[in-house]
Amino acid sequence: MKKLITIILVLAVLATMLTVFVGCSDEEEFKVGIICLHDESSTYDANFINAAKDAAKELGLKDSQVIIKTGIDESNECYETAKELAEMGCKMIFADSFGHESYMIQAAKEYTDVQFCHATGTKAHTEKLANYHNAFASIYEGRYLAGVAAGLKLVEMNANKDVKNYKMGYVGAFTYAEVISGYTSFYLGAKSVCPEVTMDVQFTGSWYDVTAEREAALNLINNKGCALISQHADSMGAPSACEEKGVPNISYNGSTVKACPNTFIVASRINWVPYFKLIMKAAQDGTEIPTDYTGTIADGSVVLTDVNTQAAAAGTAAKLEEVKAALVAGTLKVFDTSKFTVTIIPPSGAEGDFGTNTSATVDENGKLLTYTADVDDMGDYIGETQVVSDGAFQESKFRSAPYFDIKIDGITCLNAAF
Amino acid sequence: MNTTKKTREPLFHLVKRGNVKPWLPWVVRVVTIVAAFIVIGLMTMIAFGTNPIKVYGYMFKGAFGTKYKVMRLLRDVAILLLFALAVTPAFKMKFWNIGAEGQVLMGAFACMFCIIHWGGAINDTLLIFICLLASIVAGALWAVIPALFKAKWNTNETLFTLMMNYVAIQVILYAIKIWAPSGSGTLSPLPYANLPQIGGDNFWFSIIVAIVMTAFMFIYLKFTKHGYEIEVVGESENTARYIGINVKKVIIRTLILSGLICGVVGFLLVAGINHTVSSTTAGGRGFTAILVSWLAKFNPLYMILTSLLVVFLAKGTDEVMTMSGVTNSFFSQVVTGIVFLMIIGCEFFINYKIVFRHRAKRGMAPPAPEAAEKSDAIQSPAPEAQQATAKEE
Repeated sequence: MKKLITIILVLAVLATMLTVFVGCSDEEEFKVGIICLHDESSTYDANFINAAKDAAKELGLKDSQVIIKTGIDESNECYETAKELAEMGCKMIFADSFGHESYMIQAAKEYTDVQFCHATGTKAHTEKLANYHNAFASIYEGRYLAGVAAGLKLVEMNANKDVKNYKMGYVGAFTYAEVISGYTSFYLGAKSVCPEVTMDVQFTGSWYDVTAEREAALNLINNKGCALISQHADSMGAPSACEEKGVPNISYNGSTVKACPNTFIVASRINWVPYFKLIMKAAQDGTEIPTDYTGTIADGSVVLTDVNTQAAAAGTAAKLEEVKAALVAGTLKVFDTSKFTVTIIPPSGAEGDFGTNTSATVDENGKLLTYTADVDDMGDYIGETQVVSDGAFQESKFRSAPYFDIKIDGITCLNAAF
Repeated sequence: MNTTKKTREPLFHLVKRGNVKPWLPWVVRVVTIVAAFIVIGLMTMIAFGTNPIKVYGYMFKGAFGTKYKVMRLLRDVAILLLFALAVTPAFKMKFWNIGAEGQVLMGAFACMFCIIHWGGAINDTLLIFICLLASIVAGALWAVIPALFKAKWNTNETLFTLMMNYVAIQVILYAIKIWAPSGSGTLSPLPYANLPQIGGDNFWFSIIVAIVMTAFMFIYLKFTKHGYEIEVVGESENTARYIGINVKKVIIRTLILSGLICGVVGFLLVAGINHTVSSTTAGGRGFTAILVSWLAKFNPLYMILTSLLVVFLAKGTDEVMTMSGVTNSFFSQVVTGIVFLMIIGCEFFINYKIVFRHRAKRGMAPPAPEAAEKSDAIQSPAPEAQQATAKEE
């Protein structure tokens, strides 16, 4: 009985405090909310957090006007956080991870006067909500450029007899269009300056797993003999393994030169500042936000870090400028179908074997002629949109999020199980 | 002079407190929590220059700021409490079940399995019952495996249950790969097996389940034969055997109960809240629950307070971080760590007191009983003191 009384007393005290604090309300000023999957120790989220802060500064918003929530799981927690931010008076709410999408749509339906923006998502163009928007950037252009730097390094290392092969390794997160599009463009960039190049890809099955990424990089270096490593996952696992082994590394999401001064060559990343400026300003002025926004290398949404001359091949920076100019001018296309070949493997009939590249058609030389991609993302995993035209695979044209998921020749996936 | 040197006492020694007045522990606890909050305020001020008064304001606003936040807090308390209730009977029996995380994940997995296979195809109410049944069976199964091994071959249950957590995580990752073959590692929520929304939200259902379960567990442990058997097995297996308790049966039965509650939690997390499953569905609460249960001395009623404290700290420090513009989670972890270290430390000082040398030398008490008291004190508290320092590191 005594215990019960104690508990009731404590709860009563808490309830009193509660009524006191519910009383105070936020002052009415323009606010935006940012929802991040991890905190800033993840390079992926740090890229968003820094961009949001920079954009806010450029627009003259105070720190208190940008509310950043980190560590928000891809579960109902995302919906609840979005709702909390909306109740706090945020006029625009942004979420940064693919798995946040359904919860953002749920919140968008409930708070129709708040703008919801989501990076890497695929559903805005089919949901057709006035206040729900997707965004991505043509990061494959950046990956292609980074690939050029990788190719130059391979050529130089072989010329110096440092290594005797043209094999690269790539640590990927999931067997998923965003990753496939990324490593393929990286490979094509390298191939454009080093025709002999081949690449092994190992997947980790996680966006952030230091150990798995490190193990994958070490496997590619030690057992597969890869002369250069790049990665599409968010921890420092792969870059720091490269630094330990003295193997050149092309990074992603931001420079890792501080941790890897001897092996970091260059990194590509999406610069979200232009998009954040666009949506923050639009939400403030009440103007329209594009439903499906694709940032490009031309508008500054896709950028490369400074080249680390300590590790990069001679003349890398100049060559990158030249290739970048061609990409910006549109004279060079990353997924030019004359630059790669595709092999179609029909399903063997065994259970779970759906074959490879079955949505594609090719000519007798393996040149890609047509491809139906799953652009609408209705959950059927069946392609419905013809995406090859003008001699190139039209990535990010029909929606902002990547849909290039062809396995091209020259790239070997060590494990496709994820 | 030589003789005095030989018999010199250490600078201080620890003495077990006898006959503590019933109100004293509560005074110590309240003082500790107040002190912990002062430390939080000072740390935030030093680290980020935030005004400490504001820090407390943020903490309360983060937890109780709006009606919505209050409901979320209560729901989260309810879920954590259910986790703690699940581990408690096993702990009372000194069966160190640290596998609640995996048992809940398996419950959640089973629920999602049913939703994916029969969602939309059969009546939703029927589906809810199928999900509940599947979750309970899966949770109980995951708990009873280590219990069987313990009962049959006396395997180490701590390691066993811990390993089962990782197996459960892999089962879920594998299932997600099959259910969402394009492979971004996430499963979109499915709108089936929707638990009734009381008051338009998913909050009340979990809260009611937690209240019912707390009452049940309190009665079960305190007033039933099963509860008594658990307590005896926990105190001494030999005594239990001597008075005719079938120890193996008690172990297995209790773990089934633990797993069953975990299954219910998994069911609530999927059908009641998320409608999807991932490897982070349990969110580490299976481990936090151990702390909640332990701090409450395995008393279900006290657990309401300890789980409230844990959730309040999490929400409160989260708000402090957000409002200070800090986008790194290390600080809230450090703060939570410090508070719990202080609380665990305070429990130690409720049971023991420090006696310094010069005080003892004053010779108020006759030497003989004190020596006896001393030898008793030095032996027993030593391992616990070591534990405390280990945690600090």
